Amino acid sequence: MTKVARGSLLDIEHLAVAEISALLNLARRMNPQKPRPLLRGKRVLLLFYEASTRTRSSFEIAAKSMGAMTTLVLSSGSSIEKGESLLDTGYTLQAVGADVMVIRHPSAGAPLLMASHSNVPVINAGDGMHEHPSQALLDAYTILRHKKTLRGLKVVIIGDIYHSRVARSAIHLLSKFGAQVTLCGPPEFLPDLAACLAPGLQITRSAEEAIRGADVITVLRVQKERLAGMKIRLQDYIARYQMTMSRLKLAKKDALVMHPGPIIRGLELTWEVADCPQSVIVEEVKNGVPVRMAILAKAAGKAR
Amino acid sequence: MAQGKSKPNSILIKGGHVIDPAAGVNGAMDVLLRDGRVAEIAAPNKIRASADENFNARGLVVTPGFIDLHVHLREPGQNYKETIATGTAAAAAGGFTSVCCMPNTSPIVDSPEWVTWIQQPQRGAVVNVFPIAAATQSSKGAVLTDFRGLQRAGAVAVSDDGRPILSETIMREALRLASEINLPVIQHAEDTRTTENCSMNESATSFRLGLHGMKVAAEASIVDRDVHMAEQFTGARLHVAHLSTAEALKAVRRGKRGKGRVTCEVTPHHFTLTDSDVGDYNTNCKMNPPLRSESDREALLVAMADGTVDAIATDHAPHATHEKIIEFEKASFGITGLETALALAISRLGAQRIPLKRIVELFTAGPARVLDLRGRGTLARGSYADVTIFDPKKRWTFDVTKSRSKSHNSPFDGWQLMGRVIATIVSGRFAYRSD
Repeated sequence: MTKVARGSLLDIEHLAVAEISALLNLARRMNPQKPRPLLRGKRVLLLFYEASTRTRSSFEIAAKSMGAMTTLVLSSGSSIEKGESLLDTGYTLQAVGADVMVIRHPSAGAPLLMASHSNVPVINAGDGMHEHPSQALLDAYTILRHKKTLRGLKVVIIGDIYHSRVARSAIHLLSKFGAQVTLCGPPEFLPDLAACLAPGLQITRSAEEAIRGADVITVLRVQKERLAGMKIRLQDYIARYQMTMSRLKLAKKDALVMHPGPIIRGLELTWEVADCPQSVIVEEVKNGVPVRMAILAKAAGKAR
Repeated sequence: MAQGKSKPNSILIKGGHVIDPAAGVNGAMDVLLRDGRVAEIAAPNKIRASADENFNARGLVVTPGFIDLHVHLREPGQNYKETIATGTAAAAAGGFTSVCCMPNTSPIVDSPEWVTWIQQPQRGAVVNVFPIAAATQSSKGAVLTDFRGLQRAGAVAVSDDGRPILSETIMREALRLASEINLPVIQHAEDTRTTENCSMNESATSFRLGLHGMKVAAEASIVDRDVHMAEQFTGARLHVAHLSTAEALKAVRRGKRGKGRVTCEVTPHHFTLTDSDVGDYNTNCKMNPPLRSESDREALLVAMADGTVDAIATDHAPHATHEKIIEFEKASFGITGLETALALAISRLGAQRIPLKRIVELFTAGPARVLDLRGRGTLARGSYADVTIFDPKKRWTFDVTKSRSKSHNSPFDGWQLMGRVIATIVSGRFAYRSD
């Protein structure tokens, strides 16, 4: 792989199990209520080329709570609008003194490009359809608060997997730790090629088959506009793949329902499922803070 | 065309191994070039006439000058990427004595005036340049250009390369009109209605990287359609540019048995690399058509050996650094290829036991036949004195910073290759000599 600045987090695919475990352990030692000032005097630049609520606010809170100074740069209202290239924006942010750059970008591979031309660590906060590594880490963190181990867990990812960077990162992470991952969705959202992403992946077109006996069900958002022009109609999708209470009953009693957000109630899941006791959707957001504290601390060389 | 200063006007190439597939020659021969033509070709030491210069070709292979059916010289209008002078210098260094340049410049070469402009001596070409003109006005696929006028000005074919002619009506009309004047229509086969936002082949790698993938059918469906149409006109000449899939080869094989003349070319990158070489967003592996699967690559090798493929063409596509060191999806399609083509062919095709004679044919007689370039692609007496001399055993490392091209977008930088061009002679004068 291309040489990148130390402390960068670009994807899950190229991380070793030990590196992931170290980040998760560090996250467990982070206390968002009583944070240690590990990033005092550090400047964290948040460079967002795409809309974000959860990821942006939790990176920002994570950084600030450890004493960092943060600056948010959005693609609108900056030189990016004037046609500045990604790399030139990166050079500019380094010149003003960035110690860490957090980047969300609509183009797959953009954080890697930035990191391979940067002296400071780059953290991928989501790149196109590629990866969203901090989300996979916080999801693993969340699962491990309820389950002893990832090994052997039956995890189902259901929905628009093709367009989902969350799914790609989750699949890499869960497979590395020996979870038994089943992907479920219509061919438009789940091409057969998806099975090549990691060893042992299962693919099914039947939600019932996928959910039966599952320990964890990750529901992905379905964007209505993506259904336009596809063979499957919205009503069919809902009928076949929506997460409902009756489908949830097929899973293990202590199964977790997860969703990276934003959720669309009534589309990929029902109101009842979103708020049911097994739903950890809000907890995922909460866990994003200590996990991102760990990611930032590691980037700043303060992984203690 | 090639400019001579105080260079010799006769050269005797002695002691080499001549491979001239068009003339059925494969053995030790001496070649005398005089006044821009092949004056004599004979067994060693049988040529009595003296020459201004003797070239010792002992241990080297001497062949007709290579012909590249598909290059982008970027003039007019994009000389920050390449010029006719720098592009042809790279061609000469790669052993090419003739290149056919595509019309997708700025403006598009869709008029006889621009076809003439490309061939003017001021452009500084060091090898023969044969312009390919646009098939439709501004290559927009709607209104055909003036084929006769373009041909009269020197265009050797028409093509909307970079874009396909999608409309069946227009494509049929293009094939019909061109067949009347024996002009080949070169098609960039891509159903662009299905490849919007795609930046590589649809594959495990495209899924892993989160990139939209082009389907094999995007190429194969257009080739299939075009071959059907070419079958309808006696004398129609369809040439499939940079063919990249096993599926499209099926249509070409069918076409070769039909009424029209169907030919195709394959690039060195498509017979060398696969979609997995994109790795982690290597933009120097981004081209169109994209790198395909290993089974497609293997099918190309078979087709090159069995004669289905007529020519190796580079699709030399220089781009400036700022167009390549950029987000993968935004990066320009294409790579440079003139200086690595022969070595990749020898290294890769040789490993497949494709004989050197066949490799030479794909660089010489094959492309000359595709475009009916008379007097080229052979060393028969009276032909143009275009000669390529190379060492097929020489090992070397390609250093892109030493390229003659103005651009450096090659995936082969640092590759150890076998087979190196020693000299390139255009119209009886040296256009390139290795140090």
